Amino acid sequence: MTQNKTYNFLIITILITLFAIFNGFIYTSKENENPVKLTEQGLHGQRLWQENNCWSCHQTYGLGGYLGPDLTNVYSTENKGPMYIKAFLNSGVKTMPKFNFSEAEKEALVTYLKFIDSTGYYPNYNAKFKPNGWVELQYKNEK
Amino acid sequence: MDGLNYNTKMKNKAAILFLITALSALLTGVFFGLLAALQYLIPEFLKDLIPFHKMRPFHVTTAITWIVLCATGSIYFYLTQIEKLKLFSNKLMKLHLIVFLISGLGIYLSYIVGKMEGREYLAFTPILTIPILFGWLLFGINYFKTMLKQVKNWPVYYWMWGTGIVFMMIHLTEAHLWLSPYFREHVIKDLTVQWKSYGSFVGSWNMLIYGISIYVMAKIKGNDAIGRGKLAFFFYFLGLTNLMFGWAHHTYIVPTLPWIRYVSYGVSMTEWIILGYMIYDWKKNLNQTKKENYPLAYKFLVATDFWIFINLIIALLFSIPTINFFTHGTHITVAHSMGTTIGINTTILFASLLFIVSKISTFSKKQETFIKRGLWGFNISLFLFFSALLVAGAKRSHWMYAGNDTSFSNMQDSLFWVYTAFFVFGLALTTSISFIGLPILKKLINSLRV
Repeated sequence: MTQNKTYNFLIITILITLFAIFNGFIYTSKENENPVKLTEQGLHGQRLWQENNCWSCHQTYGLGGYLGPDLTNVYSTENKGPMYIKAFLNSGVKTMPKFNFSEAEKEALVTYLKFIDSTGYYPNYNAKFKPNGWVELQYKNEK
Repeated sequence: MDGLNYNTKMKNKAAILFLITALSALLTGVFFGLLAALQYLIPEFLKDLIPFHKMRPFHVTTAITWIVLCATGSIYFYLTQIEKLKLFSNKLMKLHLIVFLISGLGIYLSYIVGKMEGREYLAFTPILTIPILFGWLLFGINYFKTMLKQVKNWPVYYWMWGTGIVFMMIHLTEAHLWLSPYFREHVIKDLTVQWKSYGSFVGSWNMLIYGISIYVMAKIKGNDAIGRGKLAFFFYFLGLTNLMFGWAHHTYIVPTLPWIRYVSYGVSMTEWIILGYMIYDWKKNLNQTKKENYPLAYKFLVATDFWIFINLIIALLFSIPTINFFTHGTHITVAHSMGTTIGINTTILFASLLFIVSKISTFSKKQETFIKRGLWGFNISLFLFFSALLVAGAKRSHWMYAGNDTSFSNMQDSLFWVYTAFFVFGLALTTSISFIGLPILKKLINSLRV
């Protein structure tokens, strides 16, 4: 094995080791969630969110499509909330088709959005900007 | 005659079939993109038949298919037809092609019948990930068995291709960790891991494509030094570090643990500059005679310079959390992804295809003129398309942080003319891509008949 090849393998081995440790930390990290995890009903809502490609048009935390609005805090926004969400699901709008969800399915989607709402803010209007370019987010459950 | 020489020796056509499928996907994918974009302008148009939430997965999957299959086909072609390496197994390559084609059919079928249980970018039913992973495994076995046995001192592009193949498998698997309740029950962790995998997924295909770019540069230059220098390896390790640790600018705004965001901020600031330097350096030293041997491939690689420069600036700005805060969740992100997938990736892959065609055939003068005009149209229309997205993103960001007293639909209505421009430039881009892609497709199909 040439010297260069040895160096290359050494660097790759170090990187892969760090990568494995890094992944381990991410996979086991304790996030700032309250309640801690989705309920059965919330998981049902998450499944419906995926099966109906809601992410194609909507976003949570700014991640998703841009045809519709971000829904991270739709549950708790003034003048919005569960009834507002269900009304949209019932009737659709110009760009959004009308979905034929049952009452239980609508309830599940609302539960899912309620959980997302409980995890944080987007947009994070009270974030603090630091001189080094860093942004300190406001977390939902911080005192 | 180079062309005839390659034709007579090309016993296995699987590499060409990968490339034909890839180009067909590109031409279909841009058409799907136009249909989806049309719904920003005329939401009621065919809303029930082809609603946006169903068209988008068609467009995205087909675009990814173009990138992945063109990179794969190019690598197979280089190894077997240019480097004249004896592939570990031609049967594995054919099986790889068949597995990918069947998986592709399965994906479209799952979309047509509305069985979309996956997530963004990978919307198809997750079971189809198994054959796709199997296809990558076949590619990996064939690649490493071939290379380890026959090539002793690997230039950087061989390292990059090998890395790309391995990490494609890792991140495709990681993108499906949500199937485990442990991940999907915890929304923030789930979102973080999902976008971690997507960021690294793109990093993996970039390993394949940037490797192709360096390979084609080396061949045009007729000198392998560009792929063997310390700078090339430094860039490779930097790219690999970013692939592993530099994805979190996608999730700066997600309330995940701060250290995850800190690591990414530090790592991502190191990226991009080296590739720009390498290409600049390569162009500066390029011998005129060699340039004339591959005029079309060269023109495309030079165009890549411009797109790297533009996207380099945006990527670096994006990675600063304060700027990311305002651009995240807007069309500025889409402009960046279009700039990289079309401006950089597609331009490099076109350069690769033109380089490959130069080895198997010759374009007529008329076809060359078509391609050259297509390249001009491609760059101009992409620039305008890209600019329209930046304007839409800036307006959306302004609405989010300074004009939230108007409703979302009012904000969207105010963007009507920007979306119209976006659609018109998208149409021009599709036409330009067809000007470039169709003559290449014709040559590739003809080569199968020899």
